[in-house]
Amino acid sequence: METFVPSLLNGVIYGLLLFMLSSGLTLIFSMMGVLNFAHASFYMLGAYFAYTITQSTNFWFALILAPILAGLVGAGVEKWGLRKVHANGHVAELLFTFGLAYLIDEIVKIIWGRNAVNYRIPEALDFTIFRLYGSDYPAYRIFMLFVAISMLVALWFLLKKTRAGLIIQAALTHPHMVGHLGHNVPRIFMTVFGAGCALAGLAGVIGGNYLVTEPSMAVLMGPIVFVVVVVGGMGSLEGAFIASILLGLLQTLAISVDTTFGEIFGFLGLSGTSEVGSISIASLAPMIPFLMLVLILMIRPRGLMGDREF
Amino acid sequence: MKLMKSAALAAAMALVAAGASADTLKIAVIDPFSGPFGPSGDAALKEWTFAADMINAKGGIVGQEIEVIGYDNKVNPKESLVQLQKALDKGARYIAQGNGSAVASALIDAISKHNKRNPGDEVMFLNYAAVDPSFTNDRCMFYHFRFDADADMKMAAVTDWIKDQDDIKSVYIIGQDYSFGKAVAASAVSDLEAKRPDIEIVGNELHPLGKVKDFTPYVQKIIASGADAMITGNWGADMVLLVKAAISSGFEGPILTYYGGSLGAAVAMGESAVGQVKAIVEGNTNLETTPEQNAYIEAFEAAYPDNNYYYHRIHNAMNMFKMAAEKAGSTTPKDVAFALEGLEYESPYGKITMRADNHQLLQPMFVSTFSDNVKRGVEDLPLGWVAGDEDRIEAEATALETTCNMERPAK
Amino acid sequence: MTDITQKYANLAPTTAQKFRQRVLPFLALAVVLAIIPMSGPSGTAYTLLNVMGINIVFALSYNMLLGRGGLLSFGHAVYFGLGGFAAVHAMDAIGSAESGFWANYPIFFLPVIGFAGGALAGAVIGWPSCKRAGTPFAMISLGIAELIAAAGLMFGSIFGGEEGVTGDRMVGHEVFGLSLGPTSEVYWFIAFWTFVGVAGMFAFTRTPLGKLSEATRDNPERVEFIGYNPTRVRYLVFIFAGAFAGLSGGMAAVNYEIFTPEALSLVPSGLVLLMAYIGGIRYFTGPILGAILLTYMQSMLSDFTEAWLLYLGLLFICIVMFAPGGLAGVLYGFTDALRAGKLGEVIGRWAGQAIGSALALFGMIILVEVAVHWSNGFGETFEPYGLHLTFGNPLTWVLIVVPVVAGIVILRRLANTEEGVIA
Repeated sequence: METFVPSLLNGVIYGLLLFMLSSGLTLIFSMMGVLNFAHASFYMLGAYFAYTITQSTNFWFALILAPILAGLVGAGVEKWGLRKVHANGHVAELLFTFGLAYLIDEIVKIIWGRNAVNYRIPEALDFTIFRLYGSDYPAYRIFMLFVAISMLVALWFLLKKTRAGLIIQAALTHPHMVGHLGHNVPRIFMTVFGAGCALAGLAGVIGGNYLVTEPSMAVLMGPIVFVVVVVGGMGSLEGAFIASILLGLLQTLAISVDTTFGEIFGFLGLSGTSEVGSISIASLAPMIPFLMLVLILMIRPRGLMGDREF
Repeated sequence: MKLMKSAALAAAMALVAAGASADTLKIAVIDPFSGPFGPSGDAALKEWTFAADMINAKGGIVGQEIEVIGYDNKVNPKESLVQLQKALDKGARYIAQGNGSAVASALIDAISKHNKRNPGDEVMFLNYAAVDPSFTNDRCMFYHFRFDADADMKMAAVTDWIKDQDDIKSVYIIGQDYSFGKAVAASAVSDLEAKRPDIEIVGNELHPLGKVKDFTPYVQKIIASGADAMITGNWGADMVLLVKAAISSGFEGPILTYYGGSLGAAVAMGESAVGQVKAIVEGNTNLETTPEQNAYIEAFEAAYPDNNYYYHRIHNAMNMFKMAAEKAGSTTPKDVAFALEGLEYESPYGKITMRADNHQLLQPMFVSTFSDNVKRGVEDLPLGWVAGDEDRIEAEATALETTCNMERPAK
Repeated sequence: MTDITQKYANLAPTTAQKFRQRVLPFLALAVVLAIIPMSGPSGTAYTLLNVMGINIVFALSYNMLLGRGGLLSFGHAVYFGLGGFAAVHAMDAIGSAESGFWANYPIFFLPVIGFAGGALAGAVIGWPSCKRAGTPFAMISLGIAELIAAAGLMFGSIFGGEEGVTGDRMVGHEVFGLSLGPTSEVYWFIAFWTFVGVAGMFAFTRTPLGKLSEATRDNPERVEFIGYNPTRVRYLVFIFAGAFAGLSGGMAAVNYEIFTPEALSLVPSGLVLLMAYIGGIRYFTGPILGAILLTYMQSMLSDFTEAWLLYLGLLFICIVMFAPGGLAGVLYGFTDALRAGKLGEVIGRWAGQAIGSALALFGMIILVEVAVHWSNGFGETFEPYGLHLTFGNPLTWVLIVVPVVAGIVILRRLANTEEGVIA
């Protein structure tokens, strides 16, 4: 219990942060077929915008403004960049976002410097909310949980209960049909791309100060976002949600398992002091997502909840 | 294609010809100046340049002016060898490098081969931060000099400090899963065993390098283990994220780091890390020292307002280099290398000695504590590093047995 | 009986065409490789040429997947690295062997070991990867690259930990009288294997498998209809691509005498992608151009500006957006027009485009350089030709805005007239 309950809570919070990051990418990917390599860069932009805004106002302004700014940048990228490349096929689009990630990294370094910036948790949230088996539980983590769940509810409401959501849902699975019905598909694409980037930006606002806001944060987060999208499946926000939570839980629970390969496979004659035998499950925890990525693509290429292969 | 090649060639040659001015003494700093590790290489280059400027202002070394040239190696061992060749072509016979033991290892290997294959045209390696112990043990080389304490010496200093902390009864070791992290963990275990057998090592954990985003689960494991102190060799984001997670989860003991003082860490850790994070270093800007050293630090920070004086060893390296060249009356690497062996230098923080048997500098070390009560802050913050007398580990105490079997050339 | 045989025009190339298209370029390559040392290159030039040779083979092997096979991989450095590690370990075995196989194996032929190592790695990893093409393939390659890069740091006995595995190339039997000590001798080794690699990969494109790989890229269903299994085709191509990447790894092992786990990581995988794409993936020679340019940029441009990564990113984005054929596409567009005798018609537009691009580039460089110097702080400014350019100086903005706007206006106008002509 002592390790299980905190692990469960941490896993859920980490999973929700992942979901916030990847929900936008799932929307973009399902609709446009583009795996946006620069998606984590918008997460970084969100954090940096929030830092700049908190310099002159406070965190609460940043919480609202920074995602909007990140979304606007995203919409601009779609309108003036991605749309032009679209004619050259998906590989060209993927490579465009790949180059864009390089570019955003460098531009961020020029504007905000090459070291971490002093982006802090607001004082109002900087306290211990409760103690859990001896360790303090920071209130900010509960705040992260709260923001993530609000976003989840808002997104669900938007997609399932509004007309705009209906069109987006239709465009997710049948973009051509939606176009034939007279909707401005390029504009829907731009909006969804912008909104997706804004969600990543929001993750940056609340993750940037909890973790560290520095130019390499995008590179660190990048690959794991893909894992969520691919494991979750094409066109499925539910899938992305389940995959995020699953990854969060698996990773945090694995950290608390100190068993080594030597102990597990001892019966096969694997010695606990050999190089392979001394590796513990805990030390492999951060690699679990990639293992999952490869396995899922091999066994169930449509992902957990995907409605089609991609 | 032919055109491209010859154009590339012509440009390459023009470049080589342009920079070669024969009369300066060239020190090539091969370190990252772009990409994620750019800032730390850049900071070091500034300190090399500044140290050289200071010496040039007083007439240079044996009448020669020093010229420091930076070569961007992108922390890539292979690219470093390309840059080494460029430096050699420009006439540099002194190579300085610090970021990354992988790069240092490649350079040591390449320089030792160069020296073997080109007798009479030797190259010397001034290592100011690559801390793999093997460079001054099994793999020691006559033309390699290390001005930083190696990983084992730093651990010896850390454990010397822990030895006197009676309230530390249990220690948790956490590090990155690669050769350096493993070496730190191994020497921590053996040193503690020898110096404080009563201390219980309640955890010894490795995590993949640069892959962990949220350290909270690790920290909760550490807190659950009841550890009184934490030792980590982590650097970069892995160090900062670990410290932040530890403090926000209420870990209360000291966090002993190797790289707590590195560039950018102070801003990222913030006020909450005050008093808990400790770093093992060869000096900090708030130590009692000579007026000259204070003036030197101030002059450096005035010249480069965005940087803080951090690599004191570069100052040491430059001054010992000058002393050795003057003692030998020559600036050829072979003479300087012989003169450096056993050289003693009265540094602003105490006497330092270049060991003759393995070319490792012995210098006093300090277990510095992150503090908000400082004369000189870092990174424009009111926070900085302090160390008292009880945190000082004398140079002799850091000397370890060496397995080095140095092959010396004929004089 | 009616004669049902039809007469086809003989479309097969004539001997002269065959010679011109298939033999002449390689003779030219061999001549170029042979005369370079006569210009008396410096040590730096030799080093750079050696790296270029390695990267040419590596980028071409990548293009077997991306350009020829339509398989976007984010983990090609895995095969380069594994081939290289196999070669370095073989180098050590040669150095320590007293007798037997390794004692008689010359260092000169180490790339063969790299080739085998890369092929083996490709055969093992390719089996699960090649079941699908497109985005799933790209994602699998990414996941596997991450896993192998992490393993590279964990398994010290194979990969030597952070510091990698080192070797000495001056051991074993000498062949062709090359001791392989100085870089000028290594040049001949690299030149030989670059030629072998380039010729080998060109020959591969002429094989039935090479043709099928292009067919699979364009239309896997039809390949299935004519009785071939696309998965199998992809798998075989993947093995060959891994093998040639391993070959370049073996070349690198001899050139650098060290291999570190960093060689397996995503960074070199990304770089080889940039090389191939910037050079032009639709042409066989594209990756060669890209490898030469990027090697030069990586090792020399960083002397002039620390923003070289930004320039690289900009170049890449521009290629993706405006010149999907890459550098080779631009070059061939020029020579095609020359050959078709239409140079007069298009030269005006090209000149305009060149001027427009140059103007825009000029403004961008000023912007980037001023920004980089500004962001570095400590009062450093960009001072070309004695001009003191800062963001506070109105001249700076004139130098940035005027050329960029003028360049864009020229380019847009040209683009509009071109569309007008088509319409």
